Amino acid sequence: MDFSLSMEQEILRNSVRDFAENEIKPVARELDEKEEFSYETMKKMADLGLFGMFVSEKYGGQGMDYVSYIIATEEIARVDGSHAATVAAGNSLGIGPLYYFGSEEQKEKYLPKLCSGEALWGFGLTEPNAGSDAGNSKTTGVLDGDEWVINGSKIFITNASTTITSGVTCLCRTGTRDDGRPELSCILIESGTPGFEAREMHGKMMWRGSNTSELYFDDCRVPKENLLGPRGNGFYQMMQTLDGGRLSIGAMGLGGAQGCFELALKYSKEREQFGKPISHFQVNAFKLADMALEIECARLILYKACWLRDNDKPFSKEAAMAKLNCSEVMYRCANHAVQLHGGYGLMKEYDVERFYRDQKLLDIGEGTSEVQRIVISRLIGAL
Amino acid sequence: MNIIVCLKQVPDTESQIKIGPDGKSIVTDDIKWVMNPYDEFGVEEALRLKEKHGGEVTVVGLGPKRVTESIRTALAMGADKGILVSDEALDGSDSLANAKAIAAAVKDLDYDLIFTGQRGVDDDLGLVGATIAELLGIPQFSIIVKVEVAEDGKSVKVERPIEGEALIIESNLPALITAQKGLNEPRYASLPGIMKAKKKPLEEKTLADLGLDSAEFGEGARKLKILELTPPPERAAGKIVEGETPQEKAAELAKLLHDEAKVL
Repeated sequence: MDFSLSMEQEILRNSVRDFAENEIKPVARELDEKEEFSYETMKKMADLGLFGMFVSEKYGGQGMDYVSYIIATEEIARVDGSHAATVAAGNSLGIGPLYYFGSEEQKEKYLPKLCSGEALWGFGLTEPNAGSDAGNSKTTGVLDGDEWVINGSKIFITNASTTITSGVTCLCRTGTRDDGRPELSCILIESGTPGFEAREMHGKMMWRGSNTSELYFDDCRVPKENLLGPRGNGFYQMMQTLDGGRLSIGAMGLGGAQGCFELALKYSKEREQFGKPISHFQVNAFKLADMALEIECARLILYKACWLRDNDKPFSKEAAMAKLNCSEVMYRCANHAVQLHGGYGLMKEYDVERFYRDQKLLDIGEGTSEVQRIVISRLIGAL
Repeated sequence: MNIIVCLKQVPDTESQIKIGPDGKSIVTDDIKWVMNPYDEFGVEEALRLKEKHGGEVTVVGLGPKRVTESIRTALAMGADKGILVSDEALDGSDSLANAKAIAAAVKDLDYDLIFTGQRGVDDDLGLVGATIAELLGIPQFSIIVKVEVAEDGKSVKVERPIEGEALIIESNLPALITAQKGLNEPRYASLPGIMKAKKKPLEEKTLADLGLDSAEFGEGARKLKILELTPPPERAAGKIVEGETPQEKAAELAKLLHDEAKVL
């Protein structure tokens, strides 16, 4: 067994950590407060090369392995969930489906700008009435001559309504299969197509510095060639995408937990009560010890899942486990971190307050914790 | 123009430093090693000059194998090639010996400028840069915050801050410059840069490769001996100056500075 990272992965971690500390940390609190997506930090993240990390150099990507991508996401999440969300969704959900399922023409057309971070791309799966039951999507795509006519709506779509968003991948019901179940296909819809509107959503509890949208399709017509991969493969493509996406949500949980732990450890060693640092009280020291332990275990399962993926081995079960575990570890770490901060932890002036809110998405997005348990239950043969 | 940057690997400034059982060295087990921050300014300046004037940037490091990571980081930032001087006989060498090894490694290279950090943030001696220049017989300028190379690439104008003023010095090339904070803001190693760095050449040299006698290096050859390391004294609690009005507080402060601190 070899638990050591490669030298490139170590350099990557150091570089992204420095970047996150210097460029993102100073603005994260204000962007959260204003509920604002920053084009300035987006540009800086793009220049660093945080988009298209696992895409081959042929399409403008970095040609790195999945472990590297996960380390980079983890390091951004260690400082801010919103920015990590922009990176994770940009790579796993925006770039991923185009890269893995797109035709050569589609890849050449869209990927270079997405990999350079000049553009973002959304992934339209969830609908107002189709969340965990994603197979029950109501948005329709009807072939009319040489065009798909799309009608319906999507909700909670990350990166879909920025001024640099160039389009979305949308799961549509394109017919009925022989067994009577809906035929689902993914269709690419460019921003600005008549009949397509992406509306930014506000009033979020978490990830307030990231871009979240509702998508509306009203007789929106796109060329027949905008189908992604074979017709009827939509649900499979979405599930494949989510397997990878789960690893990036795992990275957000792991990085967030690490961030909470470091804030809590630092504060506990500085804050004095009853004449000594509060970390010297066993009740608090044990919380910190538990956090360190859980983070170590979470990192092992997440990196193992990425390693399986990098080595072309099945990783669905481990990806679900990593997503579930990392999310819940961050939940416990954020909870401990706020508790250790006492009254100050309830104030926006302290970053743990934001981590505490940002965590909650991880239990819900890209398959709720309950859905992860279903996935694992099925893969171990219990359900 | 061709530029050489010398770099040292030092403990991360956030590392907790513990003195070893011998009382003369630090415990290195838990230390995270990073490129000396002052050397990073040197790497950045070299890259900017290369972008403007063309040429190549060569990074030279000295120490155990782990220093490779810092050299690769500089290559990821944009440097072209690396040299690691690595030899067990170097362990425990002082600044003079280290400078000798580096000077031997660079003397036959084609260079116009050499950058080093103004000092390493570990031992804080600031000796290696000046010693290399002396050994190579080239001018050296220490603690520099601004570097301007003439259009023809034949001379350089540098700025060193002194007591609130700036000393401007001009020199022919080649020359050695030791970089000070304020010279620039070093870039991050970008992800594409990290991938490119994998393919850049990195040569490893022993003392024998450089034609040096290992007896002149290591603990036994030290001219500068460390007798003892002690942690800095613990900081005493601060004092809040009492007084009703600003004038009273100022008078009390002056009195304390004179009678207690004895600095006035």
